[in-house]
Amino acid sequence: MRWGTSPVVVLAGSIFGILAVLLSKLGNPPNMGVCVACFLRDISGALGLHSAAKVQYMRPEIVGFVLGAYTAALLFGEFKPRGGSSPLIRFLLGVILMFGALVFLGCPVRMLLRLSGGDMTALGGLLGWLTGVYIGVQFFKGGFTLGASSSLRPVNGYVLHIFFVVVLVINLVVPTMMYRSAEGPGSMHAHWFVSLLFGFIVGALAQRGRLCFAGAFRDIFIIGDAHLFWGAVSFFITALIANIALGQFHFGVSNQPVAHSSHLWNFAGMLLAGICAVLIGGCPLRQLVLAGEGNADSALTVFGMLFGAALAHNLNIVATPDTSSSIGGPSIHGKVCILIAICIVVALANSCRERI
Amino acid sequence: MSSQVIEIDCRGLLCPEPVIRVRKVLEQIEKGTVVAFVDAGAPKENVSRMAKSMGYYVEIEQIEDGFKITIKK
Repeated sequence: MRWGTSPVVVLAGSIFGILAVLLSKLGNPPNMGVCVACFLRDISGALGLHSAAKVQYMRPEIVGFVLGAYTAALLFGEFKPRGGSSPLIRFLLGVILMFGALVFLGCPVRMLLRLSGGDMTALGGLLGWLTGVYIGVQFFKGGFTLGASSSLRPVNGYVLHIFFVVVLVINLVVPTMMYRSAEGPGSMHAHWFVSLLFGFIVGALAQRGRLCFAGAFRDIFIIGDAHLFWGAVSFFITALIANIALGQFHFGVSNQPVAHSSHLWNFAGMLLAGICAVLIGGCPLRQLVLAGEGNADSALTVFGMLFGAALAHNLNIVATPDTSSSIGGPSIHGKVCILIAICIVVALANSCRERI
Repeated sequence: MSSQVIEIDCRGLLCPEPVIRVRKVLEQIEKGTVVAFVDAGAPKENVSRMAKSMGYYVEIEQIEDGFKITIKK
């Protein structure tokens, strides 16, 4: 087991943790200063792809992640438009990853933020995530591959950047063209410029530090390397300290903000998300960063996540949070979907094997 | 026993494939040189870090379309 890491990784994780908690203080939902899954779902709602009125908002953080990663990649000669590595399968895995995340009610970033805020319902999700990442690693050891991408014309590397910038500008200049929640988590947000700026900083740091909340555990399982693990640890520790300092730490195992205590389904949702994240080469945040670097396959994965978020709400797959009088969780649709999706992903992974 | 030189092209592969493929090749030879072609960024860092941690001599050279990592076992 190799425990070493680099200062860049720890710095990136630490600053990310602080900024994520600050975003909650500045208006983002509790324990949701940053959540790539929730925010892509909110953008999906802003675009009218789903009609869940409480979760519709054009989250500038997502745009910031992509632009920050792009800028850092460009400055360091790492912007490289490429694609062609089983793009449709990546799109599908993005859809399915979102199903899992929205049953848990968060991506792995939010999973750690919830824990740092005292929300122990996320523990089931953490166990599921670790299990899913471990299973994904086994598929790779058995020869799973989506194939190599190749260089593409430069314009391919800018599609997601342009899409997000255009959508953000339209939202700011002609807000009536998009949906915006009047109540619920979609109505809770920091000032757009702060969100964009913080997102930009995080995107740049995540690109330089290669931050990945799947890789943090995946690399330990594969080669006993804790290099990225310390990025996740530093994120969690600084977020925990920041939450305590700002009075945002509320320990509990139920009725936590935008969370449910159906522990089995927290586990199952993140198990599914974890498998998908490993198969596509990284967590949702990492997909945004890779897309920022010009990876068109990751950009398509992001579109898959947008689509998956819409489906999850339209087909009632997404879980509901706890209330003061009832335990939340997924509907029967969500439960059946997760179980079927796990079978689909396993079958898909088995069909993409090659002898290496 | 003669030394062999094995080339492996991992460009275009996302994590964790470059590390898995290179390590597999290293495990299959008793003695020799593995020349891995990888993309910039995480693949270059992960493969070189892995090889160094296994105690092998590692040489990294930037090429037109990525990096060439020479690992001597």
